[in-house]
Amino acid sequence: MSGSDVPKIRLRGLRKAFGPKQVLDGVDLDVMPGHSMVILGGSGSGKSVTIKCILGLIPADAGTIEIDGRDVLAMSAREREAVLDRTGMLFQNGALFDSLPVWENVCFKLLAQKRITRTRARDKAAEVLANVGLDASVGDLSPSELSGGMQKRVALARAIASEPDIIFFDEPTTGLDPIMGAVIDGLIVDCVRRLGATAVTITHDMASARRIGDQASMIHKGRIVWTGPAARLGETGNALVDQFARGEREGPIAMELRR
Amino acid sequence: MTLSPTAFPPLAWVAALGRATLALCRTAGAVVLFALEGLSHVVRPPFHFRLFLRAFLEVGYFSLPVVGLTAVFTGMVLALQSFSGFSRFGAEGAVANVVVLSITRELGPVLAALMVSGRIGAAFAAEIGTMRVTDQIDALTTLSTDPMKYLVTPRLLAGLLAMPLLVLVADVLGVMGGYLIGTLKLGFGSATYLKSTLDVLQVMDVVSGLVKAAVFGFVVALMGTWCGYNSRGGAQGVGAATTTAVVASSILILALDYVLTEAFFAR
Repeated sequence: MSGSDVPKIRLRGLRKAFGPKQVLDGVDLDVMPGHSMVILGGSGSGKSVTIKCILGLIPADAGTIEIDGRDVLAMSAREREAVLDRTGMLFQNGALFDSLPVWENVCFKLLAQKRITRTRARDKAAEVLANVGLDASVGDLSPSELSGGMQKRVALARAIASEPDIIFFDEPTTGLDPIMGAVIDGLIVDCVRRLGATAVTITHDMASARRIGDQASMIHKGRIVWTGPAARLGETGNALVDQFARGEREGPIAMELRR
Repeated sequence: MTLSPTAFPPLAWVAALGRATLALCRTAGAVVLFALEGLSHVVRPPFHFRLFLRAFLEVGYFSLPVVGLTAVFTGMVLALQSFSGFSRFGAEGAVANVVVLSITRELGPVLAALMVSGRIGAAFAAEIGTMRVTDQIDALTTLSTDPMKYLVTPRLLAGLLAMPLLVLVADVLGVMGGYLIGTLKLGFGSATYLKSTLDVLQVMDVVSGLVKAAVFGFVVALMGTWCGYNSRGGAQGVGAATTTAVVASSILILALDYVLTEAFFAR
């Protein structure tokens, strides 16, 4: 296998249960370097748990998680930290630190790793905020003073400030109006392309999935049931995916709920 | 034949007691491990000095008004009550002694710790609990920052180091409260009251109070951070964590006060 054939992220047989509920039941997924993968699925299907397992926020019960061909679960804590250093994450609700001003939120990782001085961090924050369409003056505000759309943009700025190799987006357009959602999607695509990063996005929003993703996967009952080009969503030939993509009430997913 | 609680209902309470005991042991063990992990970061760089300073000011400086007022009024009440009680058998002269010993050995550290528990323990639990339920603690991890090192260690250290200073001030203010009532209301001479105070006071009285203060400060910070860090379930979970932090640290303060008093003063 040549170097370029090694997936940036490879999951094999990933399993996770919370008590009696088996949330992940053998997830297999490959995300190639520089690709943008969208993971679709209903509420409670295990999308967020998959990302949290990759990031080490939740310990997986079984399976393997490989990043650049190396099994993360077999790494020492220090090696895992080194892998995490190369990732960025945009949380669903932003998860901005409300005790810190925006500029410190944006440059948090750079400051924590002492890659930058506090004086330089203000300038760097202004640069990154400009990349997500925000004025430098926003840097002095507190996160609680920002609208939902601005908070998402600041969270995106924080995720990309350290120029990571891999960026995870957890429902980036949830709670935003359609226009702001499209703006955030556009910013995500621009930022990921500019950095040449690999992106994994989880979303319910089909328009967002088509705009952001090169590839899409659908997770259902803890397993990946389809993977293919994001542009084909809605006409994949897979009944589960097509029903989900079209938002139809009738179909295999609804029938299963009735049983 | 096996005798199970379900087969023999009168034994059900034993099973319940056993479950509660096991749960208590599990929680106690988890709290101890949490404390040890928090303290282990004190000697492992990087250090978040700015966060320590902020927590130190929160515990030691911004708690001064409430702790100071508590100490002054406690000293005043103590002087009045002991004068009223001792005058029944002609021992009014012991008022200054009782005030200074009670304040330095017991009331200074215990009341200050209880006030700080309500103020700081609750604030720590609410702040960290909110961070937990809004994914901010997970965000710290993804930003290459150990949440224990960032959130817990500076607060534990601040509780441990700031409380003795706070209690030292409370001791002085408490004695001053007694002095004011003694000289202005009860008719003691200023020099006589101060001499009685200093004659009976020993270094051990102050030191034992300061050791208690350090332990209580650590307990308040520990329970606040532990409850916040492990809170679950949104606003209700954060509320429950805050209540638990205050109640648990208050009970621990009173229980540990007995243990430490026994260690320092039991003959």
